[in-house]
Amino acid sequence: MSRIAGLFARKNPVFIGFTVAGDPGIGASSGVAKTMIDAGVDLLEVAVPYSDPVADGPVIERAHVRALRAGTTPDDAFALVREVRGYAPALPVVLFTYYNIVHRRGPERFFSEAAAAGADGVLIVDLPVEESGEVAPYAARHGIDRIALIAPTTSPERQHAILSGASGFVYLISLEGVTGERDRLSSGIAGLVGAVREKTDLPLAVGFGVSRPEHVAAVAAAGANGVIVGSALVRLIEEHSSDETGMHEALATAIIALRGGLVPQSRT
Amino acid sequence: MKAGRYGIYGGQYVPETLMSALIELEETYARVLADPEFSRRLSWYLHEYAGRETALTFCENLSRDLGCRVYLKREDLLHGGAHKLNNTLGQALMAKFMGKRRLIAETGAGQHGVATAIAGAALGLPVEVYMGEVDTRRQALNVFRMELLGARVVPVASGTRTLKDAINAAMRDWVANLRDTHYLLGSCVGPHPFPRIVRDFQSVIGEEARRQVLEREGRLPDTVVACVGGGSNAIGIFYPFVNDDVALVGVEAGGEGLDTDRHGASLSRGSVGVFQGALSYLLQDADGQALETHSVAAGLDHPSVGPEHAMLKDSGRVRYEAVTDAEALAAFRYLSRTEGIIPALESAHAVAYALRAAEDLDKDGILVVNLSGRGDKDVADVANLHGGAA
Ligand SMILES: Cc1ncc(COP(=O)(O)O)c(C=O)c1O
Repeated sequence: MSRIAGLFARKNPVFIGFTVAGDPGIGASSGVAKTMIDAGVDLLEVAVPYSDPVADGPVIERAHVRALRAGTTPDDAFALVREVRGYAPALPVVLFTYYNIVHRRGPERFFSEAAAAGADGVLIVDLPVEESGEVAPYAARHGIDRIALIAPTTSPERQHAILSGASGFVYLISLEGVTGERDRLSSGIAGLVGAVREKTDLPLAVGFGVSRPEHVAAVAAAGANGVIVGSALVRLIEEHSSDETGMHEALATAIIALRGGLVPQSRT
Repeated sequence: MKAGRYGIYGGQYVPETLMSALIELEETYARVLADPEFSRRLSWYLHEYAGRETALTFCENLSRDLGCRVYLKREDLLHGGAHKLNNTLGQALMAKFMGKRRLIAETGAGQHGVATAIAGAALGLPVEVYMGEVDTRRQALNVFRMELLGARVVPVASGTRTLKDAINAAMRDWVANLRDTHYLLGSCVGPHPFPRIVRDFQSVIGEEARRQVLEREGRLPDTVVACVGGGSNAIGIFYPFVNDDVALVGVEAGGEGLDTDRHGASLSRGSVGVFQGALSYLLQDADGQALETHSVAAGLDHPSVGPEHAMLKDSGRVRYEAVTDAEALAAFRYLSRTEGIIPALESAHAVAYALRAAEDLDKDGILVVNLSGRGDKDVADVANLHGGAA
């Protein structure tokens, strides 16, 4: 069983944390990842920094900018995955990337390097199912799950097409918009989880806008198998840019609080 | 060829949330193409409101000077002062047919923002224009023009704070407001179906020019020249000539020279990559990050180019050349003095190349240059560059 499948079989729901490789600096990034893991992240999403992250809101975009200014390259992102793999051998890691990063290396090389680094899944945020044939064979060859995205605007026919090529887990986008913290969670989550649940046995994780313990609780109550928190953690890195100890404390405190929203469920 | 592809180029590399909007756009576009009411209304706006057709001016002084027959296709005479309105009227009308209640757009130099503000005002749709913070300062007059026309200008402070970041910001707005908002993209770039839609709405330039030159000369021109930023004025004039025996030349921003890293020549110096929704040529580093670009012409200051141009480059049907800032500035002054026409700095790139192209033509050779816009917007900038002296 893959690390991703194993995690979801063992635990329900799971807590997924997001960080941009190289944020706030190439060296500091692995400390951030370790703090997140120690504080209770079950699965780590590592973003490869990119110059034009159109799916992201201002907080995560600034993290991409910080990472690029620090000189972070895809090689550094792979190195971070390798380090996490050494630190937490059983913890699943998903690389989150924009497609040009993959295209520039060539999908063959990208997936082979991702696998060698110890990544379990790759999520390409701007590669819809129509274009995903370009990477599918390489993901399969290297045993990497292709994490598919479904949005509230995805039609039932597209949901079918997307799910037919998905593996690992399915990433449900909670809202119509970019990443970023929101005061209130979108009201359509339970409906989306329910609709997709009828079409697949894969675990379903909900992200975008999930930023408070009560959001986490609501996502779990909606029947999701995982909740993904990004901007609410990334913001803490930015806010504590001159105080590394404070940053680690803030991250750990936030993750523990957010996790508190999770009530264990039996997997249906 | 797969739908939405130009050879290997084009496609739809966008976040899943946007796919429904692109599918809706594609369906609406197919519907309006077949709708006589749409054609009738667009035709009314183009002729009665925008001032089409635009002149194809035979330039006597220029022709004498260059030793061949030079025509300018006068998109500078279109309402708003540039070719951009052909596209914004078409798309704004489409947005009406889709029942959208709001337009958003990106702008670099401000020309597309102004053209969107005009179309929005004419068609009764509120407009928000994203503009890089750097550009809002460089093009303060156009910010005022847009506001005068009732649009709201939103300065973009992320990334390089120029055109590409304005496009990113507009895409982010669109993802969050798909149901009531149309993203009126300003060039033949971005995900399918935008490159096709923009090309079709701009093709009126080439259709008119082809007919006008045949009427005047009884034959097709030898060479057609246009500047290339995203590539919309160029594809608009080239497309109706693609199957003819006519040399087509696209002129990119050579900035401070192609051997420096300060230019905007994505076809001449870029490599194949995915950017803002499409596979095309792109100025990028070894890891795939978009590079900063430079041109004295804000409308050409962009790291990528429409996917149809990428195909036309590979097939060799269109030749792509570059003109430096200095050559464009010289052409700006040259055309002003020789013909009494102040070109946009973007269009001045095409004029500058025409001076070179003329060398290969004899006195009966016919050269058509697409004058995509007028230079009023650039006069203050050029005055500054020249220390106030004309
Ligand atoms: C007058 C003029 N010409 C050309 C361009 C470049 O755009 P495109 O290559 O899409 O025609 C611009 C863009 O702002 C412009 O204002």
